[in-house]
Amino acid sequence: MDQNSEISKDKQKPATTHKIGIYLWIWGLLFVLSFFSYMVDWYQFQGLLRWSLILFFMFLKAGLIMAFFMHLFWERYTLVNVLLWPMTAIACFVGLMVAEGKYTVFTRLIYFVLGE
Amino acid sequence: MSDSSLENLPKGWKGVPSDLGSDQTAFKGVQWGKAMMWIFLLSDTFIFSCFLISYMKGRASTVVDWPNTSEVFSLDFMGVPVPLLLIAIMTFVLITSSGTMALAVKYGYEKNKKMCGWFIFATAIGGLTFVGMQAYEWSKLIHEGVRPWSNPFGAGQFGSYFFMITGFHGTHVSIGVIFLFIFARKVFRGDFDTGKRGFFTTMKSDYVSIEILGLYWHFVDLVWVFIFAFFYLW
Repeated sequence: MDQNSEISKDKQKPATTHKIGIYLWIWGLLFVLSFFSYMVDWYQFQGLLRWSLILFFMFLKAGLIMAFFMHLFWERYTLVNVLLWPMTAIACFVGLMVAEGKYTVFTRLIYFVLGE
Repeated sequence: MSDSSLENLPKGWKGVPSDLGSDQTAFKGVQWGKAMMWIFLLSDTFIFSCFLISYMKGRASTVVDWPNTSEVFSLDFMGVPVPLLLIAIMTFVLITSSGTMALAVKYGYEKNKKMCGWFIFATAIGGLTFVGMQAYEWSKLIHEGVRPWSNPFGAGQFGSYFFMITGFHGTHVSIGVIFLFIFARKVFRGDFDTGKRGFFTTMKSDYVSIEILGLYWHFVDLVWVFIFAFFYLW
């Protein structure tokens, strides 16, 4: 705490630095998670198991990077909300394009395959 | 980052309406350059999302089989093809450089010039290694006959999505590496301790720039997490 009050005397500087341990932990976790997601391919998991494992490790890694390496965990909620709510628009776009993709492959199958 | 003037403001969800309705700066305790970097990264997120979504749509709607990525990106190690070996190494290199960047930001705020500079330098070397391996991967695939319009492994769209998505990401990494070297020099020269004015600005240098640079670099790593999952593993 005495270190904190010493830094906060300097008014222009943000007063927080975080202990090195938290960065090393997150770093280690990212390594382990990347190793696991590589193992998904190594053991050739297929189907729903493969996709759910890939997404699980991906979101976990992305969350750790954003929360701790990019400091969002320590930011005020205003910034966090401004950054994360637009992601719902991307999710909607994904949903729309899944439907569009199904329609395209459906018409292609009809005209390319059945049409011959 | 909290600073002493923020202690009196409402915290958590109650802080959102009070920050946004305060008729002043909405992002309390966030230096303007950092807020601008976040806004830029948000717009960049949309660009990368559009690329990845168009890839998803292209892959979902082709009637030809998609190339098997674990075979296309396999690398011979002592005569045995190891699936995705190069991509796995690239992933670990990028995560390592992300970790060194996080430590550089930490030492920057502690005004530890030497450690901060060396960690930024290490990050730049990591980024350079990544770009080098990506160049190798590109030339390998081009030699094997992968083109934006066709390839010997399967659906023709594969090449265009591969070159566009990894190329755009590689451009980001390259720009990041250039800035990392520039900032490593600035740190070692002591610009951030003396508050020397920058080249394009009349404002004094500050260690918050290291965090802004860090945000960009972590974002590059973040995008790679998604590319690795969707393009290489899926």
